[in-house]
Amino acid sequence: MANTAAVAHDDHHYTSTGQNSWKLGFWTFIGSECLFFGTLIATYMAYKGASVSGPAPLEVFDIPLTSVSTFVLLMSSLAMVLALDGVQKGSKKKALFWLGTVIVFGSIFLGFQYYEFTHFIHEYHLTVQSSLFGSTFYVLTGFHGAHVTVGVIWMTTLFVRVLQDKMPPEKALQVEIGGLYWHFVDIVWIVIFVLIYLIP
Amino acid sequence: MSAHAEGAHATPKFYTMIGIILGILTAFEIAAFYVKPPFEIEILLILSAVKFILVVGFFMHLKFDHNVFTLVFVAGLVLAVFMVGALFTLYHFVPSTTPEQFINV
Repeated sequence: MANTAAVAHDDHHYTSTGQNSWKLGFWTFIGSECLFFGTLIATYMAYKGASVSGPAPLEVFDIPLTSVSTFVLLMSSLAMVLALDGVQKGSKKKALFWLGTVIVFGSIFLGFQYYEFTHFIHEYHLTVQSSLFGSTFYVLTGFHGAHVTVGVIWMTTLFVRVLQDKMPPEKALQVEIGGLYWHFVDIVWIVIFVLIYLIP
Repeated sequence: MSAHAEGAHATPKFYTMIGIILGILTAFEIAAFYVKPPFEIEILLILSAVKFILVVGFFMHLKFDHNVFTLVFVAGLVLAVFMVGALFTLYHFVPSTTPEQFINV
């Protein structure tokens, strides 16, 4: 009936719950990613204030700069959900515009992170090996940055597929799953921004 | 309910409104950092939690989707929160395991 028609229509697999297996699998992956980032955040929190050498977090953090990059990443999440809406409605122009916005905003965020890292290294000599703060900070934010980089590459492939007219509304699930990844990267940063940057 | 009926999401106008609320909450977080109000940490944690729920609930569509997705996500999240809490407690409140006991970096 409705589900049978849906299966025939978009050629996706459904689990015994009646839900799409790709989507359920991806949510399971996101659940495991919570544990991955939880480990890194726990390590940072456990060693917070334990460094006996090197600069302290409050000496090096540039809160106005990080606030701007946080805002950019949040707005990229809005652009992502609008891109999905565009694909679902078959609006190529809208999908391209918003996917392009996600790519640009994600790249801006990575640019801010690159600037932050190089600034910390050159101005404060804070490296992965210089102190506990350096190790835990770079590993945590570096892995987040790596996830953003993967997200930008993923969004670029979606952008190209939309450009080539290979992303009709029936295939919107591909954009939805890409969107889930992008939003996850965003919620991880929401937690990092408060726990690492704002709470002294 | 079919998968497709659950897949029916909100309107672009609604998403834009959520985006604006997220921006405002971020501005409040930054203001709290500089103003240092009483219960600063609690305020920051609550604002962050609200932002988290808004993104997960509306942008990631958990509010509109089948509960099985919420279950799978929350299972991982709860485990992660317990792990962070347990390690934080272990390293900050149990004297024999505080980092100062064995770290000289």
